[in-house]
Amino acid sequence: MKITHTEALEKIAKNIRMGIIEAVYSAGSGHPGGSLSCADILTVLYFNQMNIDPKNPNAEGRDKFVLSKGHCAPALYATLAEKGFFNKEELKNLRKFDGILQGHPDMNKVPGVDMSSGSLGQGLSIANGMALASKMESAGQRIYCLVGDGEIQEGQIWEAAMTSNKYKLDNLCLIVDNNNLQIDGTIEEVKGLDCIVAKFASFGFNTIQIDGNNINQIIDAFETARCTKGKPTAIIAKTIKGKGVSFMENKAEWHGRAPSQEEYEQALKELV
Amino acid sequence: MEDKKIATRQSYGEALAQLGEKNKNVVVLDADLSTATKTCIFAKRFPERFFDIGISEQDMMGTAAGLSTSGKIPFASTFAVFAAGRAYDQIRNSICYPNLNVKICATHAGVTVGEDGATHQMLEDIGMMRALPNMTVISPSDATQTKWAVEEISKINGPVYMRLSRLAVPIIYDDNYKFEIGKGIQTGKGTDGTIIATGVCVYEALEAQKELAAEGINVRVIDIHTIKPIDKELIAKCAKETQKIVTVEDHSIVGGLGSAVCEVLAEEYPCKVERLGIKDSFGKSGKPVELMEYYGIDKKAIISKFQNKMLDK
Repeated sequence: MKITHTEALEKIAKNIRMGIIEAVYSAGSGHPGGSLSCADILTVLYFNQMNIDPKNPNAEGRDKFVLSKGHCAPALYATLAEKGFFNKEELKNLRKFDGILQGHPDMNKVPGVDMSSGSLGQGLSIANGMALASKMESAGQRIYCLVGDGEIQEGQIWEAAMTSNKYKLDNLCLIVDNNNLQIDGTIEEVKGLDCIVAKFASFGFNTIQIDGNNINQIIDAFETARCTKGKPTAIIAKTIKGKGVSFMENKAEWHGRAPSQEEYEQALKELV
Repeated sequence: MEDKKIATRQSYGEALAQLGEKNKNVVVLDADLSTATKTCIFAKRFPERFFDIGISEQDMMGTAAGLSTSGKIPFASTFAVFAAGRAYDQIRNSICYPNLNVKICATHAGVTVGEDGATHQMLEDIGMMRALPNMTVISPSDATQTKWAVEEISKINGPVYMRLSRLAVPIIYDDNYKFEIGKGIQTGKGTDGTIIATGVCVYEALEAQKELAAEGINVRVIDIHTIKPIDKELIAKCAKETQKIVTVEDHSIVGGLGSAVCEVLAEEYPCKVERLGIKDSFGKSGKPVELMEYYGIDKKAIISKFQNKMLDK
């Protein structure tokens, strides 16, 4: 069921953010910052854009999503749970010995995960392969791949970008979660990317720049990507790391640490 | 049959084109080496199912993984040093961990690459690839075996690493030969020792066997074309029956066939094993024949292991 009302989608995004906090708090470790920054993008993908069925997660011809920044698994898991691929209670078992929710996504354990990931820089190549297969079958699938901005320091991303361009994969949509922070600091401090948009444009992508925490802008970008023929699209989504939880916003330290009980309660209060 | 020499990479290219005829899900990827890996034969016949990813092996492995998630059977080829080496993390995390149906067929393995020298002579790939869970590792010894292996690995669901060579070698097996994954092939029943060989070294082992027989030393040869899962039963049985074991491979003695055989025997039937292979060094330029002699993986080296009584019972 496609949800179109902005407010309804914003409510879902809040639920997903609560799921992220719940999961990372229960696990006692994980990556809340980058998970929160991409929650709106995942909301629009799974509730407004993608042709998927939680009752039939492996349906042939479905649209596919590759979370290349696999450490943001809590965002994907919370989204899949919200969509009904599995029970929300499972989020409390994130990273637990008996649970299905591994620290990084495992396609063989979690319903709805289209590709295992975790080692950065590999997702766009996978998405290219999926998009090529779809084109060979004229299956009309759309393939989505989310990368982090720090992640595109990996050389394989640019190898893959050339492949997306070579095969004119217009059924492929790359989203860069441009929250401008990585573990050791800001992107500029660690290894600056200068103009991400110009880089992807020069690699042959249709580029769209948006506020990646704005539901309507995200929807519009995906619709433009859908209508763009003959080239892949890269959406450069400016986001806020830790978005939605005041004390986590724009703080590199929240890349990979769990909230204390006090912080957890405070975060949920802000998200309700 | 000995007069006709064919490199396993050549047989691979031809077999792949035949397989493509039979199975429309087979797709082939290469990284700008299709004339050397011989995937160009497939490319010519099925251009719509061939993807030249360019000089980007990591991207090629990922693309192959993506294709496999949608029901395709990708065969990805490049030189062994770039497949197992450069793209190791992609093979590990994007192919083996999710257990995807990707066939990595790497050519130009070992010192028998020859003149290109050390940077292009992959000597660690068997060790690296057999350490990966879910991976099947195949190392064919001649053109016939390669042809059958291509067919058989397409039938199993899961990642495969097939190690092929540049060097043209004599054909060992005739067309009645049946390839079975995981089953070593025993030639001869001699009880004076067992030579366990793989890849281009199998022919050397068979030649050594003949010359030793002329001297009254009767050994048997096992062709281990499947390094993983390895034929434990046959290896243990031959160790029991002959006591002397010599392994020979165009690969480092660290992690390769010799190591795999030692692992089996340490648990099943501890006995002395002599490992012939590249002894923890890099390769160098030269003619393949010169290099096989220099590194001690040719017929002569094998024979000497049985003549100098080092392995006496």
